[in-house]
Amino acid sequence: MSVSKYDELEKFAAELRKSIIIMNCHAGSGHPGGSLSCVEIISWLYCNEMNYSTENMNDPERDRFILSKGHSCLSLYAALAEKGFFSKEAFKTLRHAGGILQGHPDRLKTPGVEFNSGSLGQGFSFALGCALGAKRAGRKNRTYALLGDGELNEGQIWEGCMFGAHQRLDNMVGIVDYNKFQSDDLNTNITAIEPMNDKFKAFGWHVIEIDGHNFREIENAFTRARAMSGKPTMIIAHTIKGKGISYMENVPKWHGSLCPTGKERECAMRECGCEELI
Amino acid sequence: MENMRDAFGKILTELAAERDDFVVLDADVAGGTGTYHFREAYPDRFIQCGIAEQNMFSMAAGLAESGIIPIVTCYAVFASMRAIEQARNSIAYPEFNVKIAASHLGLDVGPDGATHQALEDIAIYRSIPKMSVVSPADPIELKAVMPYLLDNTGPLYLRTGRSPLPNVFDENTIFEHGKAQVLRDGTDATIMAVGVMVHRALIAADALAKEGISCRVLNMSWLKPMDESAVIKAAKETGAIVTCEDHNKYGGLGGAVMEIVCECCPAPVERVAVNDIFGASGEPEDLAKEYGLMPDDIVKAVRKAVSRKL
Repeated sequence: MSVSKYDELEKFAAELRKSIIIMNCHAGSGHPGGSLSCVEIISWLYCNEMNYSTENMNDPERDRFILSKGHSCLSLYAALAEKGFFSKEAFKTLRHAGGILQGHPDRLKTPGVEFNSGSLGQGFSFALGCALGAKRAGRKNRTYALLGDGELNEGQIWEGCMFGAHQRLDNMVGIVDYNKFQSDDLNTNITAIEPMNDKFKAFGWHVIEIDGHNFREIENAFTRARAMSGKPTMIIAHTIKGKGISYMENVPKWHGSLCPTGKERECAMRECGCEELI
Repeated sequence: MENMRDAFGKILTELAAERDDFVVLDADVAGGTGTYHFREAYPDRFIQCGIAEQNMFSMAAGLAESGIIPIVTCYAVFASMRAIEQARNSIAYPEFNVKIAASHLGLDVGPDGATHQALEDIAIYRSIPKMSVVSPADPIELKAVMPYLLDNTGPLYLRTGRSPLPNVFDENTIFEHGKAQVLRDGTDATIMAVGVMVHRALIAADALAKEGISCRVLNMSWLKPMDESAVIKAAKETGAIVTCEDHNKYGGLGGAVMEIVCECCPAPVERVAVNDIFGASGEPEDLAKEYGLMPDDIVKAVRKAVSRKL
């Protein structure tokens, strides 16, 4: 892939970070940390990986993206707005009564959203159902589910892993946004999440580990996932929680739900290249 | 007299020959729910999900999204408690066309005991927005309602059952789905029953007729949406109501009827139900005696309701 394409992806990702901060400030709450950590993965999916646009959003053959870590919806909304599913004007009403952007995704209220995630573990199973449904119907489309690392605490995830491997869902890709933090603390201070790679392998998945902020590694991982036959793929993407806003990086409290004020807001706006709240 | 679970499995099999728009999901209880009949005939349309109900429910929503109707089957305790949050957040809230079919309802489960006897499922499911709740009284009603349920889009909780039930209806019955069905008409009181209690309600009504108490008997298989006009009519015209269910006395049929009666047309209501205690092992008939769910118990409740008339 040409250098300019990566430059475009970097620009797209920068726009998403800006939108995330703007939405977060308008809402007065929300989950900035985990939204910022998955920006590159979501940028890749919407710009390069998926056959999904406003033109084919109701076509059964479309690729599907399920944000199983639903609290990171700022990132999803930013990408959907960038791709024209709705106007950025909607950012102003995020988390407010009557708005189309809910605190967690709602497919009936927000154009482009596939599933009402937010209750952890469920989006992953839903995605497995989409993948199985596509296989049964003989469709070639693919399904992508983005999981949080804390979300892996849910037993339902491991039920889904057994099911996905048993059904040989090679049209399904899970991505773990492994930013190392969950709501309260470091994952490793909450429960025994490691060895993550070995766990997914033992459950019968094709596992790839990458730097989740590096577009070359992201591209390579999704290419390898596409080539895999007979097994679903889990991409473990090592990321930085709060990526791009210096004082949010690796600080658990920015998991949310909160928003920067005063000097912190000025700093966040400056760092994401946003001059004023639109 | 046929097992509700066997009837369910056979009905699915017959329906599958007529329409290809549904698949059946199982959580390793095909023998218990009766879906093994379907599995034998249509292995390609039977999806084994393992003992993992939470994944099965959310996964079913994904299948529905891809354009097929999933009929999710398991025992009612798991459908209404273990996987209830998946039923709410993955199925009802996003409005996916998933049909949840649960067997093993109430004390009718029998020897397996309290862990497997759902006494709360009506209360739980009817409190979820967009969810319909249907509980046919016998294999004939079950067979009649199944195509209707598949033809109508939306999340649904269907209560099948387990034990052999005497037929309440004859083969030629024409059902008006969604309505409370008048099985006997009467003037002194109305007995409203659901599931295994319907045939017991009819026995009670016959006994009461001999005492000179004329009872209307309603089959309340549509628990949600409930036929409110039939409830109001019963309260107005007969002035006393007895509800009968193999379910806890809170939040089930009795609770639903009381909500309507209190709001629209106050009248005495007595509940024949499990008295807020857990079940136990035993033959269904023995348990029904122990827990007060027999025709005699209904007779006593009707006498009491009539004596309380306003």
